[in-house]
Amino acid sequence: MIRITRKVEFSASHFYNNPNFSPEENRRIFGKCNNPHGHGHNYTLEVTIAGEPDPATGMVLDLKELKDILQREVMDRMDHRHLNYEVPELAGKIPTCENIAAVIWQLLEPKITRGELDRVRLYESPNLFADCTAGSTNGAGKRA
Amino acid sequence: MKLSLTRRYDFAASHRLHAPQLSDAENRRIYGKCNNPYGHGHNYALEVTVTGPVDPATGMITNLGDLDPFVERAVLEGFDQKNLNEEVAEFKTLVPTTENVCREIFRRLQNFPAAKLERVRIEETSKNSFEVGAEEFA
Repeated sequence: MIRITRKVEFSASHFYNNPNFSPEENRRIFGKCNNPHGHGHNYTLEVTIAGEPDPATGMVLDLKELKDILQREVMDRMDHRHLNYEVPELAGKIPTCENIAAVIWQLLEPKITRGELDRVRLYESPNLFADCTAGSTNGAGKRA
Repeated sequence: MKLSLTRRYDFAASHRLHAPQLSDAENRRIYGKCNNPYGHGHNYALEVTVTGPVDPATGMITNLGDLDPFVERAVLEGFDQKNLNEEVAEFKTLVPTTENVCREIFRRLQNFPAAKLERVRIEETSKNSFEVGAEEFA
């Protein structure tokens, strides 16, 4: 099995606010990310496809096709957008790195025509990223 | 679908690779430049990966407001701008290779209460990286 990875970058704004929390709770839990005017990031998205190369082409999935899928599903939806207001898939969710990566996984998975979606890695900054991978759900984790 | 969150930290530290049970000649042969008795240093990059359910109320596996101070107290305070051999108790008797530093940092972080520690990865330089996963500590 071979894994291939394509990288794209997009810029978007967001802020964190849960309407079920009081303003004080929102500020305490989300800190600077609660600023209602929002703030922005340059996101870097790495998408990995795993599979056997097609003997006829030598490719797991034509990277041109993957590039087009990423353009349609991610860039057109999220690049230079406000993630709280302009991405219906994130409606009602806090647009954290974890939630955005999960939405991107759900958008891409049905569109991959050869190989299988193996990993979605979304960097919010060089020092923070979320990984979404195939496999069992997160139920095994513990939370205080 | 499984989600994890990785946070990257930096620390700068010096170390010397020297195994007291080996002769000086063997130490020089095995560790080469890293055996220099005066030590040397690196800018280490530390990646901490946690996993667990995403809290629907916050959208988070863990709040960085919890993770950052935990890593600061458990690791960075004791490692940053330090001599690992002289100032980190565990490395008085254990060679501070980055393999051993990975395991020690995992041990220090594995009781993080808000999420499950999945992996510790260290870049000793931009060319060398080391990682240890939860399966080793299961």
